[in-house]
Amino acid sequence: MELGQWAFVAAFFVVAPLLPIAPIVLNRLLAPSRPSETKLDVYECGVETVGDTWGQIKVQYYLYAIIFLVFDVEMVFLFPWAVALGSLDFSAYLAGLVFVFLLVEGLVYAWRKGALEWN
Amino acid sequence: MVGIFEDLGFEAGLAAVLGNLVGVVVLATVFLLLPIFTIWVERKVAARFQNRIGPNRVGPYGILQSFPDVVKLLGKELILPRNVDKIPYLLSPIIMVAAVVLIVAVIPLAPTIIGTDLSIGALYFVSVGSLTTIAIVMAGWGSNNKYALLGAFRTVAQLISYEIPLVFSLLIPILLVGSLSMQTIVEFQDTYWIIFYVPTAAVIFLVSNIAEIGRAPFDLIEAESELIAGYMIEYSGMAFAMFYLAEFLHAFLVAVIFSVLFLGGWQGPLAQDVPVLGIAYLTIKSFIVYFAMLWVRMTLPRFRIDHLMAFNWKFLVPVSIVHVLVTAGIWSALPEPDLSGGWFARLGEEFPRMALNLVASVVIAVVSLRLLRQYAEQERQRLSEVTAMVEHKQYPLATTGQGAQSNVIVVGTGSGD
Repeated sequence: MELGQWAFVAAFFVVAPLLPIAPIVLNRLLAPSRPSETKLDVYECGVETVGDTWGQIKVQYYLYAIIFLVFDVEMVFLFPWAVALGSLDFSAYLAGLVFVFLLVEGLVYAWRKGALEWN
Repeated sequence: MVGIFEDLGFEAGLAAVLGNLVGVVVLATVFLLLPIFTIWVERKVAARFQNRIGPNRVGPYGILQSFPDVVKLLGKELILPRNVDKIPYLLSPIIMVAAVVLIVAVIPLAPTIIGTDLSIGALYFVSVGSLTTIAIVMAGWGSNNKYALLGAFRTVAQLISYEIPLVFSLLIPILLVGSLSMQTIVEFQDTYWIIFYVPTAAVIFLVSNIAEIGRAPFDLIEAESELIAGYMIEYSGMAFAMFYLAEFLHAFLVAVIFSVLFLGGWQGPLAQDVPVLGIAYLTIKSFIVYFAMLWVRMTLPRFRIDHLMAFNWKFLVPVSIVHVLVTAGIWSALPEPDLSGGWFARLGEEFPRMALNLVASVVIAVVSLRLLRQYAEQERQRLSEVTAMVEHKQYPLATTGQGAQSNVIVVGTGSGD
């Protein structure tokens, strides 16, 4: 039964990409294709594009990604805690509390350091 | 489904493969065709909100409008611009739709009708749903366009940020039920729906989900008035349509998942015995939630990016963490009620737990909104001082850079379809 469930998910992983591929291929077969010099240009604002696209990017984006990592990893540990909490005694809750406070400490630190300000 | 193929005389192994494949194709196709209808709903509702009529030519009330649109899109040229990074560029729309379709696998439609009742269904929903982030980044990176890249970076910032309150508010129903299986979560709600236990968590879940799918007022990632559609700017024809399809399907699936987690899913009178009724209940609930999402979309202007991030990190995240801790504390301190009696007996047994959680949840909402209001009043005070100084030509803007920035009111327009 357990494996059967995952067989269904596996089948989904096979079928799901085929569903968008079908209309795109159909589109490719049905629609005309007349590429021209101007048509293939980068679509920005009508003026010829200046400089390289893959240039430098505001560091703020990376900061958020790093703060997110703190939470992302720890959230995975909270799932089993939440599921099992009903069948455990109160000390399990206290343990979870300590764990979450460690996590919150990271957020408070980032907040105090001004990592959450967008400027 | 597997049983049917075994009855037809196929070998057990082959029957399993065929049964699964047919089940998947039927389920996925039904859901994939849903946007044809929901796009019409969305256009019609949006039109009414804006005092227009909306589509009204093709079929009764314009209900068939999406079909000529699909045919039109099929005839549009697929442009592959110069210098794009071909692999991410072409893979992106496919991954986008596939990721959204994968969510369908764990939605319980009725007591017996569910793609597959995974023991980690809720976790599966989060992990598969966040695959769309990767698709958007691939589109932005591959398109060789500055607007697209900017859109992709905004996506990274916004989507991963809002994933935190999303997961925390998702933890709360899981905590109450003690299981990650979607079917078990629905069965738990046969007395009271989870929204009656934790309304605040439900609201946080809905808000962060709207942000996750990038809808107004969180549609900075495509902001047509500044980024001209962001990451999908270089796409045309069906490849472009796939992004739209994914967005509409994801929006509807969010409504469905919300109904499953908080509004009792297929629960309703007689649903246990008549599966069709279960599907009907789920559909009705989902459309009510969907309408609420449209309402939000048509009412609120777009956020500015610093407000967006501050709202998440300084409001939603702390509130959802506090909510998880409070609910977990109440839940592990309270004794398990005796739920062996009839429905009315269970209703009575469950009531104290429900009421206590409800009170706690409402208190959290009231306290956090009070704090927010206090902050807003301070901020308004500060801004009015800055404005007064500007009016008296004292120009404090150079010294208070922060004030100068937040003095600008940016109002985005809603999506113009």
